[in-house]
Amino acid sequence: MTQPTTLYDKLWNGHVVTSDGDGNSILYVDLHLVHEVTSPQAFEGLRAAGRKVHAPAKTIAVPDHNVPTTADRLQIVRDPEGRLQLEMLEKNCQDFGVPYIPMSDIRQGIVHIIGPELALTQPGKTIVCGDSHTSTHGALGALAFGIGTSEVEHVLATQTLAMKKSKNMRVQVDGKLPPGVTAKDLVLAIIGKMGTSGGTGHVIEFVGEAFRDLSMEGRMTVCNMTIEGGARAGLIAPDDKTFEYLKGRPYAPKGVVWEQAVAYWRTLKSDEGAVFDKEVRLSADELVPYVTWGTSPEDALPITDKVPDPKSFADPAKKAAAVRSLEYMGLKAGTPLEQIKVDKVFIGSCTNGRIEDMRAAAAVFKGRKVAAGVGVLIVPGSGLVKHQAEEEGLDRIFIAAGAEWREPGCSMCLGMNPDTLKPGERSASTSNRNFEGRQGIGGRTHLVSPAMAAAAAITGHLTDVRKI
Amino acid sequence: MEQFKVLKAVAAPLPLVNVDTDMIIPARFLKTIKRTGLGKSAFYAMRYDDSGAERPDFVLNKEPYRHSKILIAGANFGCGSSREHAPWSLADFGFRCVIAPSFADIFYGNSFKNGILCITLPQDEIDKLAAKAGSGNTAGGEFTVDLENLAITAPDGAVTSFSLDGTKRNNLLKGLDDIGITLQSAAKITGFEERQRREQPWLYT
Repeated sequence: MTQPTTLYDKLWNGHVVTSDGDGNSILYVDLHLVHEVTSPQAFEGLRAAGRKVHAPAKTIAVPDHNVPTTADRLQIVRDPEGRLQLEMLEKNCQDFGVPYIPMSDIRQGIVHIIGPELALTQPGKTIVCGDSHTSTHGALGALAFGIGTSEVEHVLATQTLAMKKSKNMRVQVDGKLPPGVTAKDLVLAIIGKMGTSGGTGHVIEFVGEAFRDLSMEGRMTVCNMTIEGGARAGLIAPDDKTFEYLKGRPYAPKGVVWEQAVAYWRTLKSDEGAVFDKEVRLSADELVPYVTWGTSPEDALPITDKVPDPKSFADPAKKAAAVRSLEYMGLKAGTPLEQIKVDKVFIGSCTNGRIEDMRAAAAVFKGRKVAAGVGVLIVPGSGLVKHQAEEEGLDRIFIAAGAEWREPGCSMCLGMNPDTLKPGERSASTSNRNFEGRQGIGGRTHLVSPAMAAAAAITGHLTDVRKI
Repeated sequence: MEQFKVLKAVAAPLPLVNVDTDMIIPARFLKTIKRTGLGKSAFYAMRYDDSGAERPDFVLNKEPYRHSKILIAGANFGCGSSREHAPWSLADFGFRCVIAPSFADIFYGNSFKNGILCITLPQDEIDKLAAKAGSGNTAGGEFTVDLENLAITAPDGAVTSFSLDGTKRNNLLKGLDDIGITLQSAAKITGFEERQRREQPWLYT
């Protein structure tokens, strides 16, 4: 009898081209997503070595990090360096024959939003991108992880990566999420429990009722933030919900091949009795909306809690980090989290820029107004998300509430396009990182779900959305 | 890639946990199409004040640490974004070696591809090395990192040994280019593609 294996084992084993005795393997890549920030040096490396792109048909490029999100964005990319990166991406794609989705195309958007949306992302594929949030695509049962630019060049040249296998980790969450508690709260709670390095060296499979019950969008939010727990990849075994989501999308297999693909996809799950190197268990039933207070995603607490006292941390390194965080965040220990006032609210990003996120925010904004003095930016993750939201009238709800409705891009998730926080400004943000300076120099970030972000926009301070 | 055999240099202590790649190089500096020139922006927010002047208290703004080639860091160093600009900025500053209790996976891999040796040691060993680098009569003294013999010699002569994956060590010692190595298996890659095309035709439509 064969040894039971995990889903990760199966995906890995199915893509090993060759392996030496020491576990150094060459892993085949089925889909390589490319964006403007982490690719120019890779294409330059190919040119210098006289190399070609091995499999252009398994590669696709889209600009997202640098793009402005204002209506006039096609005319203006004011910053010359950002403009150069955008131009370089287009030129590199032309020179090397790589499919390219320009800013003017309705399919343009954040690379991790458009992969699943166009069904480029499929169960069983290995997917890489020069971006750590590539973990998102694991929500469809693909082995997907972020790589550096040297690896981008390696994949362009060979369609493979030279690497060693990670360990197996399982995060099991049983029970049902209570009303008002979302995928974002769930993943913040998980990271709060395991820490930002709890998953280092591992690939995490998420199992249990809580994940099975999530929509595909919710699963993507969870897998997206797997990297914040230190694991390069997160996985959720594909099921009927996955197949239903993919069916009929532009790059989904069609006809007989679709049936063939689904039959294979159904085999992609961990065997009964498969061994995991590390396990974390949580119960969904007691979860509440979560919010971060510090400058690491592991600094997550229930909204009903208070800013912690650094003295409460036993580990001296954690204590020192908490002191530094509170100073940076301008917060006092013991302050109820709900009393923290915000200047800006950002709803969008590869974590929460999908249609379901737009709907969740709109449900809170409907018939209400943004609090005086609060600026609200709502940025759909792609042109297709924007189109659908407008079909459903969500844009009118946002605008009537006093929020700004923008064009797709990474926007205020990271300070490299015009959407940034000013020094000292505080945000409730649906993005993925609350690092120092992440949303702009001196900016202070509280990570929340879309519904919680909308609630903060209405009251002007962090708010338990269940009260609204 | 530049070979790494023996490095003799000043070591700078940076005893913070969870130093993320946004701290190593903020996103606004990623708008470059080159691998070089990022050293002046490394650790920007810690290194410079709002007016762009150096913060005199920050270790890399002090002599002799301005000339450090070794960084002694805290746990989970390099977490967050996959940006290779982080090791590029460290390399451009002059760092060839980072010693820490643990590293984030992507940063760890990226560093070796840029000739930076990452050494993992237990926290108590790190604390000793950091203390020797930053205080007492060994402060600012030269450390020797010997990759051939997997040993670090502190300014006081104390030797700490470390372990490293054999392939990583070999590639760094010889300065080997990963792509060149992989392309030796080009026929196997093509063979894999032919088999995949037969077994999973939907990946080729």
